[in-house]
Amino acid sequence: MPDRLLEVRALDAHYGDFQALFDVSMTVAAGSVVAVIGANGAGKSTLLRCIAGAMPSRRDAIVFGGNPIGDQPAHRVVAAGIALVPEGRRLFPSLSVEENLLIGGQLRRPGPWTLARIYDLFPILAERRRQAAPSLSGGQQQMVAIGRALMSNPKLLLCDEISLGLAPIVVRDIYARLPAIVADGTALVIVEQDIVQALKVADHVYCLQEGRIALAGEAQTMTRERISAAYFGA
Amino acid sequence: MMEWLNTIIQGVLLGGLYAMFAAGLALIFGVMRLVNIAHGDLIVLAAFVALVVVEALSVNPLTSLLVVVPLMAGLGYALQRLLLNRTLGDDLLPPLLVTFGLSVIIQNALLELFTADSRKLNAGQIEIASLHIGGGLAVGVLPLIQFALAVMVIAGLQWLFYRTALGRAFRATSDDQPVAQLMGLNNAHIFALAMALSLAVVAVAGVLLAVRANFDPSIGPARLIFGFEAVIIGGLGSMWGTLAGGVIIGVAQAVGAKLDPGWNLLAGHIAFLIVLALRPEGLFPKVQG
Amino acid sequence: MTATVQSSNRFSRIGFAIFSGALVALALAPWWADRAELRLLSEIYAYVALASLWNLLAGYAGLVSVGQHAYVGLGAYGLFALAMLAGMHPLVAIPVAGLAAAAVSVPVALLIFRLRGHYFAIGTWVVAEVFRLSAAQVSALDGGSGTSLPSAIVLSIAGSRQLREFIIYWIAFALAVAVLGTVFVLLRSRYGLALTAIRDNELGARSNGVDVRRIKYVVYIAVAFGTAMVGALIFLQKIRISPDTAFSVNDWTAFVIFITVIGGIGRIEGPIIGTVVFFLLRQTLADLGAIYLLILGVAAIVVMLKAPKGLWGLVADRYGWQIFPLERRLIIDPGGAATPAAPR
Repeated sequence: MPDRLLEVRALDAHYGDFQALFDVSMTVAAGSVVAVIGANGAGKSTLLRCIAGAMPSRRDAIVFGGNPIGDQPAHRVVAAGIALVPEGRRLFPSLSVEENLLIGGQLRRPGPWTLARIYDLFPILAERRRQAAPSLSGGQQQMVAIGRALMSNPKLLLCDEISLGLAPIVVRDIYARLPAIVADGTALVIVEQDIVQALKVADHVYCLQEGRIALAGEAQTMTRERISAAYFGA
Repeated sequence: MMEWLNTIIQGVLLGGLYAMFAAGLALIFGVMRLVNIAHGDLIVLAAFVALVVVEALSVNPLTSLLVVVPLMAGLGYALQRLLLNRTLGDDLLPPLLVTFGLSVIIQNALLELFTADSRKLNAGQIEIASLHIGGGLAVGVLPLIQFALAVMVIAGLQWLFYRTALGRAFRATSDDQPVAQLMGLNNAHIFALAMALSLAVVAVAGVLLAVRANFDPSIGPARLIFGFEAVIIGGLGSMWGTLAGGVIIGVAQAVGAKLDPGWNLLAGHIAFLIVLALRPEGLFPKVQG
Repeated sequence: MTATVQSSNRFSRIGFAIFSGALVALALAPWWADRAELRLLSEIYAYVALASLWNLLAGYAGLVSVGQHAYVGLGAYGLFALAMLAGMHPLVAIPVAGLAAAAVSVPVALLIFRLRGHYFAIGTWVVAEVFRLSAAQVSALDGGSGTSLPSAIVLSIAGSRQLREFIIYWIAFALAVAVLGTVFVLLRSRYGLALTAIRDNELGARSNGVDVRRIKYVVYIAVAFGTAMVGALIFLQKIRISPDTAFSVNDWTAFVIFITVIGGIGRIEGPIIGTVVFFLLRQTLADLGAIYLLILGVAAIVVMLKAPKGLWGLVADRYGWQIFPLERRLIIDPGGAATPAAPR
């Protein structure tokens, strides 16, 4: 049985009166890549936010490394080893590229990721290290956002729609570097609209539809018909 | 002519003190979009704490800083963590009203403890010493020291904000609170540190105020207003702009006083209103308000 | 299906009836109250008016001002100037002083509306300071030391002291009722709907086409007008004025804000409840001087943190009470077939 790094158990999520997630359960094995796909508004980002602690949940709804962390605030969840690359990048505009990366690392969690290693992974960032973050292109900003999350040496990296608004060639470029991240044993949860790209890298796939899990399984067993049915609802 | 130059120099040096009033205010607004209406009263509180320390330990005012600064910083941390953090949010009414209430509380507590009598801290010989810089110009040594201290404080804050990890944390939290949390920053703690820093600056400002002029529990609001005017004139987000703003207010007041003693405060306010009318974003703005 | 908008409910009918009865009794006060009681009631009316006006400004239009004492003093000095320097009859001078203050508030608004949020608040304080310092420079009214109304002017209100007291009492009463009435009518109108929308969610209001900017200007000027008239009346009664008393932050801003916060911001009943609580506290605690203000400050903070809707908000939301029929409840009757909706 693969090592269960993260377990989501019967998670519900609400925004005021509106319920975004219904009884969602999911497992992520250490070192694996899980893709979460679904239409807009299906609840994918909400799921990641709950895992990352940006939204409060029931204590035992999120179990990480055997410990229930559902009610922990975001900064404690990061300290435990989960990092989020937020939807839309959300870099800090008054900070330079390097400062953005350094902020990610200021918890000083032990691990392989250092500033130098991030620059190895994304050489273009080394050239632009002193530039203000907003002055970079979309693809480069996405690299900064990923690098920033990696600097906290997470055991689990959550990526929220990293292909959003980027040209296909840039998306392929970024995805090409994901294996280097996984090679160190970091697990990945990728939320994606780009299903093709997601299926290429994922081991497991979950499909959300209107807040519920509509499909779950190994990526290799996914057929176009199964995905369409789950994505749009039968 | 010489008299006018003297007046202006005095105004500039006074501006240093106002810049100190402003620096703490600007820091807090920059980090957490909070304007502390009790800011001026906290400066006066620091002055009274210095009074107590000087009398109890028989030290001179400058030495009292060693006690007053940590004390006020600790107070700032507690104040933010226990009270003010609860008021932060989208609604601007709670922080405004709570700090307003705080202002009233501090003023009246000081009134009860110390009465309305005017006080002053004695710094000794240095108060009357003056430097002759030629051409009939004389500059008070104490105002000069105060100005130098103000410049050092502002330079220190700039360094802290742009060259240290803490400053990075301040800027990140100010940029995007939720994402800062997602990066591991504990906002409650960061805000409390910012307030502690602000009150440390307030402590220095309070001691300088106490040595320079008479003070009593009621002069807090006026200090808040001078500080606020300096921030607005200088431009939001700019520490050095705050120094410029303070100097402008100081010079306006000095010039106004020279024209007519009753006009000194009014002149400062009018300078502020003019800047507000002609260049509302301030002289050296860095951020949107 | 028909849809109607209902404003009153059972509670508001009862509440309003009780309130109206109280109004009648108070109008007849000169016949059952003694001189000291009349003065106390006049003071209460002044604070109800000031708090209601501040409530409109801050609680509804979202303009949190800590400098309304600027207009209290401006109205007061306006009255003294008109009566003593222009020979106007003091009772006529009250509304004229109000208009003058409204005129002044226009350029002031243009200036300070450039500031936002917290900085706007302090800006209003700066304006009050400027007014205070300027008043101290007006030597015609004895500058910083202040002046008193000459007895000739006082006598022109009425020959006998008792009649003078009655007249001033009724004007104070009328002013408070007028302020409450105007606020009530305003809130019931389309402007009121817009203001309530601004109170609840300014961005939402703006995106629904509410001209937020213009409404804020209008409210600011109208509140300046009302506040100045109350200020004029207060100092007509006191007969003596000075910059520090006319522009006192404590008397005309701190107390007013505390009253409104403790009573309940954003509800028309709040200032009334708050004033009652404030005066009850004052009767019991006034001897304590500075401690009294300190307690008020603590109370305001506690209320702001624990019960942000104030005492009235706590109670009213729990039980659905209203004194003034101001809620807008949509009543949908599914029975009527194909009858078009009749909105009120």
